[in-house]
Amino acid sequence: MAQSITRLSGVNSLSGTIPATNIANSTFDNITALPSAVPTGKPVLLSTATASSSSSIEFTSGIDSTYDIYQFEFINIHPETNNVKFTFQSDTGTNTNYNQTITSTDFISQHNETGTTTELGYAIANDQAQGTAFQPIGQLIGNDNDECAAGTLQVFQPSSTTYVKHFIANTNVYRHDNYSREHFTAGYFNTTSALTRFRFKMSSGNLDSGKIKMYGISA
Amino acid sequence: MSITRIQNANAFTGTIPADNFANATLDNVTLLPNAPLGDMVLVSSATASSSASIEFDLSSYKEYKFFFVNIHPSATTGNPLFQFQCSTDNGSNYNTTITSTHFRAGHNENDADQYLSYNTGKDQAQGTSFQSLTDGDVGGDNDQCQSGMLQLFNPSSTTFVKHYIGHNNSVHANDVCGTVFSAGYFNTTSALTNIKFQMSSGNIDDGKILMFGIN
Repeated sequence: MAQSITRLSGVNSLSGTIPATNIANSTFDNITALPSAVPTGKPVLLSTATASSSSSIEFTSGIDSTYDIYQFEFINIHPETNNVKFTFQSDTGTNTNYNQTITSTDFISQHNETGTTTELGYAIANDQAQGTAFQPIGQLIGNDNDECAAGTLQVFQPSSTTYVKHFIANTNVYRHDNYSREHFTAGYFNTTSALTRFRFKMSSGNLDSGKIKMYGISA
Repeated sequence: MSITRIQNANAFTGTIPADNFANATLDNVTLLPNAPLGDMVLVSSATASSSASIEFDLSSYKEYKFFFVNIHPSATTGNPLFQFQCSTDNGSNYNTTITSTHFRAGHNENDADQYLSYNTGKDQAQGTSFQSLTDGDVGGDNDQCQSGMLQLFNPSSTTFVKHYIGHNNSVHANDVCGTVFSAGYFNTTSALTNIKFQMSSGNIDDGKILMFGIN
């Protein structure tokens, strides 16, 4: 008959506490989720959408007072149509008009592949003054196989019913005529209604491919 | 009855494998250890309520990232700017030497004007004033405010100057959308110990500041 184990090596004989060194997996590889009580305080991935000849991409859930900032990441946004803009708008409640009032600015820096042209300037074609159109955050995007746009967009406290809702975007596009073009776009939705949904689309044609990730950031 | 063995435990070392722990979601855990997560960690946050200023202690994170959410000034006149400074003496003085740049783009709601320009009035050349992160003013109407971010790099360094990069958007009192890029460095090799945010006139009536650390 095997000898009985009366205590495990390293275990406190009075309290029965098992020391951390007795637990083999210090990296917790088998843990697949943290409880909500743990304050991670970092961006939380809320949703990911992948375009596939999509007329638009929408985020219609999870946009509420849970997070102070919603951050969208654009990865290799490739249009079906050549020389188009990448745009976005927002709406309230369950509405689908996507026509909130925006005042915005946009300026760009760009440089062509031959090295003959550089520019830093305000982009009048992309700003809005109390407009309700889709807001461009990237312009002149090419549709060659290797051409695309990438960048980020932050929207601040879209659930506020007191303040306007600011947004800040920074993208870089591969122009259809072989420029690197960086956009600095910012503005605000001039409404005190809560924004609950966002739609992204090209100014013409579909989103052929690309990925958009939505993160929440809060205290 | 004696325990003869714990299932799968090493008979010699007593090590219990991770598979033996039933709770994969760790429901009873409420705090994580200070393990090197390698990503943004919420260090602190503050909500203004007619606050003269908001201050944070700085420690050893390689980068700090601050988010400003709906900063609303109490003053409706006097062109209140949102600004910041850092201390090297645990908050006794906020007058560290700064050299900085400041440029802005703007567009008013009536479409009468657009601009992109360098703002010589808001930069500093070895100055010790509070550094403005906005341009013109932040409007004091009930729905007007400012939001944006600030990165501060390696403030605990005792070798290098300390760089910062700020990008903010605000509604001015005269209904102009103003976006501001300000960057610069604290020209000191002393560690920065504290950071303070304030309006150039009046209080911070409302708004939230989130402070993240990145290693």
